[in-house]
Amino acid sequence: MRVALFATCLGDTLFPGAVRATLRVLERLGCTVDFPPGQTCCGQMHTNTGYHEQAVPAVRSFVTAFEGYDHVVAPSGSCVGSIRHQHDIVAERSGDRKLSEAVDRVSPHVYELSEFLVDVLGVTDVGSYFPHRVTYHPTCHSLRMLRVGDKPRRLLSEVRGIRLLELPEAEQCCGFGGTFALKNPDVSVAMGADKTRHVRETGAEVLCASDSSCLMHLGGLLDRQREGIRTMHLAEILAGTEEDR
Amino acid sequence: MSGVDLGMPTFPDAAHRAVRDAQLRHNLGRATSTIRNKRAAVVDELDDWEQLRASGAAIKAHTLSRLDTYLERFESAVTAAGGTVHWARDAAEANRIVTELVRETGETEAVKVKSMATQEIGLNEALASAGISAWETDLAELIVQLDEDRPSHILVPAIHRNRSEIREIFRREMSGSGAPAPADLTDDPVQLAEAARHHLREKFLRANVAISGANFAVAETGSLVVVESEGNGRMCLTMPDNLISVVGIEKLVPSWRDLEVFLQLLPRSSTGERMNPYTSVLSGVTEEDGPSNFHVVLLDNGRSEALADEVGSQALRCIRCSACLNVCPVYERAGGHAYGSVYPGPIGAVLTPQLYGVESEDTASLPYASTLCGACYDVCPVAIEIPELLVHLRHRTTRERKGWFDRLTGTAMRGLGWVFGDSKRLGRAQRIASLGGRLFGRRGIGRLPWPMSRWTDARDAPAPASESFRQWWERNRTGSGDER
Repeated sequence: MRVALFATCLGDTLFPGAVRATLRVLERLGCTVDFPPGQTCCGQMHTNTGYHEQAVPAVRSFVTAFEGYDHVVAPSGSCVGSIRHQHDIVAERSGDRKLSEAVDRVSPHVYELSEFLVDVLGVTDVGSYFPHRVTYHPTCHSLRMLRVGDKPRRLLSEVRGIRLLELPEAEQCCGFGGTFALKNPDVSVAMGADKTRHVRETGAEVLCASDSSCLMHLGGLLDRQREGIRTMHLAEILAGTEEDR
Repeated sequence: MSGVDLGMPTFPDAAHRAVRDAQLRHNLGRATSTIRNKRAAVVDELDDWEQLRASGAAIKAHTLSRLDTYLERFESAVTAAGGTVHWARDAAEANRIVTELVRETGETEAVKVKSMATQEIGLNEALASAGISAWETDLAELIVQLDEDRPSHILVPAIHRNRSEIREIFRREMSGSGAPAPADLTDDPVQLAEAARHHLREKFLRANVAISGANFAVAETGSLVVVESEGNGRMCLTMPDNLISVVGIEKLVPSWRDLEVFLQLLPRSSTGERMNPYTSVLSGVTEEDGPSNFHVVLLDNGRSEALADEVGSQALRCIRCSACLNVCPVYERAGGHAYGSVYPGPIGAVLTPQLYGVESEDTASLPYASTLCGACYDVCPVAIEIPELLVHLRHRTTRERKGWFDRLTGTAMRGLGWVFGDSKRLGRAQRIASLGGRLFGRRGIGRLPWPMSRWTDARDAPAPASESFRQWWERNRTGSGDER
């Protein structure tokens, strides 16, 4: 199956390891993966902060880069949520009918990694090995914009050697919220502090999620707290195999 | 409507203080988690909750789309039943009408049913300046009023107070406005409720004027519906001879039949009960039963303007259940006062800027008081898409605000938008960033200067990767025949 990989601006620039891991999982499952070089960003930061006009170039570059693919996969529930639910709003407000039509053609083909693996490829066992204690944070946009449900957990539960630990109040937001983390730092940090406290309570060595943005916030807090708890993207756990040992 | 400066601090400033108030965070965390668990349990009991929710949304949306027709129908029905309808464009007009109506009775005090509309217009303060005392009779409103505090929750106005604080307020303040609290009052809830009952009874027996709001107004029959838990509202609605009700124009439902949907949605969403203890319905006047003098003040106060906004108008479907407050992680940390309005939480963040405009700093900060986590939408009994509305109002804010900081942010956003418009520009920006990454190695970044200090004061920042994915791909995969 031919698949286009959307690295997302954050993944491409700050967390290339998560993108390479996504590539590795897809290729291991027999996909032929393209990286359309014209891709940049989904424009979510602009859209969510209220700068809809300034989000137009990103939306345009997205549809131009990914038009024509049957499957586009991104390691971010948040970005895919923005593509599915906000690209049409941005395009419509821009008044550019051609852009709106392009958005309508492209967005139905864009998938978050766990959706693609479970719904399109129909696999939950992706041949992974990860002998560590892991707790999973279901990020808000995966949970409530995409409704991925238990797909990430089903994938993790098939990983050999893993010990999956239940995260208390898992469905509460971590407090990142894009520019919220800068505009309301006190509330953002208070929410993140409660989340990291729950992570510690599980006794996990690794906090896993499907969004690098939430992990950046929580990882930043955990690093500052020097608890020795690592953050890993879902793809990075799924990428590991027994042969790597 | 022109912008009204509520004279409040902005949300981030108010939240900055609230987050450090350990007692407040403890009180709020406990109360909201109790209510949200109760709500979740009773909602799960109904197999047709999603259908009910869709019906509630549809009835409200339909009513709002033909509001002029239903308002006229309501006015005729109230008039036919012996009541009088008044129209108020804004807070000042509503306060003037109510003050004059109380004056006509010759009374200088009134008992009040808990009402968001009268709080929105600052009626108690307006009456006080006209020499009229308005006594709140809802237990939580009484606590807030005695303490000269502001409510911090739509349903539980004193949610930020715990039992021992309430005992102190009762002991300190009750004697100033009637029956004092018993000297040996403890913080036992039964004793506290008994003290309030005793204090209020005196007022009920004396009052000749009552002021209420309404949860619903039925256009077909001209009926007002008041839903409550304590029965104090029913006392106000039935005992005094004069009743004045201030009702937002969005409270209308077309017919008596429509109520059935909302009387299921509201109590389960708000108090987590299957049915609320008291539902009072008042239709005009009846001889020798209830008030003989009945006035309804229909309040606009920015609602028509909100109604004209295609996306924003859905906020007017709100039935003030407060479910969105109880699930909101931001509300739970910041507390209701941080929203600077009688409507706190997610619904306040979308309603207040629409009612008052975004010209002032405080109302403009409200659409940003959310992480857009979406929990509010999931529990809303009338399916208001609050996250979508927040983003919509942020867009309005960026277009209408022209301060130096707004212009600076706009310029930065345009610059970044330009970078994201072309992968070559992004690639160049990444190569510059990766230089920084090589400088820091793969360690996190500790402290950075403003504005990044807003991130790094409490969190390490990730160092940019020394090689972006794009660069890695170019190095390893280009020329491998992957082009389309």
